[in-house]
Amino acid sequence: MLDEIQKRILEEVADLHTVPSGAYNIRANGKMEARNTTANIDIISKEDGSGIDIHVKPGTKNESLHIPVVLSQSGLKETVYNDFYIGEDCDVFIVAGCGIDNCGNQDSQHDGIHRFFVGKNSRVKYVEKHYGAGNGQGKRILNPGTEVHLEENSTMEMEMVQIKGVDSTIRDTKAELAAGAKLVVRERLMTHGAQKAVSNYEVALNGQDASADVVSRSVARDQSYQKFDSRITGNAPCSGHTECDAIIMDQARILAIPQLEANDLDAALIHEAAIGKIAGDQIIKLMTLGLTEEEAEEQIVNGFLK
Amino acid sequence: MLWGLDEYFFFHYNGYGARRPCASAPTNWVIHEKGNTMLELRDISFEVSGEKAQKEIIRNVNLKIEENRFVVITGPNGGGKSTLAKLIAGIEKPTSGKIFLDGEDITEKSITERARLGISFAFQQPVRFKGIQVLDLIRMAAGKQMSAAEACRYLSEVGLCAKDYINREVNASLSGGELKRIEIATVLARGTKLSVFDEPEAGIDLWSFQNLIQVFERMQEKTKDGSILIISHQERILNIADEIVVIAEGQIAQQGSREEILPKLLGTASAVTVCSRFYQGGEGQC
Repeated sequence: MLDEIQKRILEEVADLHTVPSGAYNIRANGKMEARNTTANIDIISKEDGSGIDIHVKPGTKNESLHIPVVLSQSGLKETVYNDFYIGEDCDVFIVAGCGIDNCGNQDSQHDGIHRFFVGKNSRVKYVEKHYGAGNGQGKRILNPGTEVHLEENSTMEMEMVQIKGVDSTIRDTKAELAAGAKLVVRERLMTHGAQKAVSNYEVALNGQDASADVVSRSVARDQSYQKFDSRITGNAPCSGHTECDAIIMDQARILAIPQLEANDLDAALIHEAAIGKIAGDQIIKLMTLGLTEEEAEEQIVNGFLK
Repeated sequence: MLWGLDEYFFFHYNGYGARRPCASAPTNWVIHEKGNTMLELRDISFEVSGEKAQKEIIRNVNLKIEENRFVVITGPNGGGKSTLAKLIAGIEKPTSGKIFLDGEDITEKSITERARLGISFAFQQPVRFKGIQVLDLIRMAAGKQMSAAEACRYLSEVGLCAKDYINREVNASLSGGELKRIEIATVLARGTKLSVFDEPEAGIDLWSFQNLIQVFERMQEKTKDGSILIISHQERILNIADEIVVIAEGQIAQQGSREEILPKLLGTASAVTVCSRFYQGGEGQC
């Protein structure tokens, strides 16, 4: 049974108040806590115990899969490998997420390595939320690795959110797209205190009319540090766009490195990067509505990361 | 003359008509004592630091605005109109002088405090926000969790098809005219006793402009004890004013009822004539 702390984390990372409907696998403190499979979605533990394999049958439509991870034991470090095999012509919604509540003095770390093999004409919506809590001295560390293989005309929409409490993150995302495949990434990140977050994206557009749109919106406060390194490679007639839009506050530091590589005459690639503080007139406008300066700042940041 | 008094002000107050408000012109204008004074500017001056010297933007302005009035401040570009509006909202602080709202000295009060005391301000150039939706902004303005349907009413009021806009972000995807109307909707949602609009017509197309006039007319009807203060060059806005204040070179050049002031602004009389009408006895310097 999940305790109250674990339930709260579960709510933060997967919006789950109760056991979800559909397929799920809940991992708590390094062990499987609960699992449910459906006629179309099967979850199998890897033989060596390092993670799970998820198989979604071809033609599965409008089904969901939740695979949250909860860590509330200080000092626990784990690396988990989860592989997703999505058949052809599917339309599924996957919610993954990891929350760490570390009240102890030892570092807690979860490195989740997810590999997606998305079949032809399939559509996957993937949401991954990270959350940290607890007032111990031990750090909360999350290093997600994501590998995406999109077959012809498949689509993957990824929403990556890390708003609070994670001390250190290195996120590595790699994707390769076949003809007509489409990848959309929306990353939202906020760092505070002395936190450090690194996001690396490497997207290869290998087939005709493949497209990628990788957008990060982030806020860096206090003395935190962020690095956004996004590289799109066009190896065929394709289109790619990557954007980093960041608000810098206090004594934070941000490094944005959008990169493009075109290996085909008809690869249309665009990058944008902007880093700036909150505009003074935005704060003034909200103050004329009766908000204090602090409330105005909070609304601007919340809206930006919404 | 359908559009604008800009040419009038341009020629008559910027030296092209070679006439400026008299240096000795009285700045203490007595206006209609029909209601209680809501807002009072007492001997307000505002200076900014230039490269070589201090530049005076507003000079010893005295102005009273009563309850339930519709006042339009007009005048040439660069005359200090917008600065005056910002001084009222607290966005700028006067170098000297006092500002009173309902008899309370608000000179040292912040923008937030003034907003909470009942002053609303619509920006000439509305601010854009990435991620904040129109609904969020209207809710913030209203200061409560109003329903989307309720918020939609304010958008409809300013001529926007509410369902198309309520979930839009207040960002660069909106045109200048759309933003302007949303800005006005936020002031409507606040429903405070004093609403200040800085050139609400700027960036609004002809069709919307007609709608805008109706918005102000409705506001006027609805507001019982509140007052509306608009910075505008538009004859049609001046046409619905109770009072008109002309600001030029940081001073009040003329002030009075619409019936009294408007014909003089629109007339063909030369600047000299206008000047002599207002500054009796000051003709030597006019």
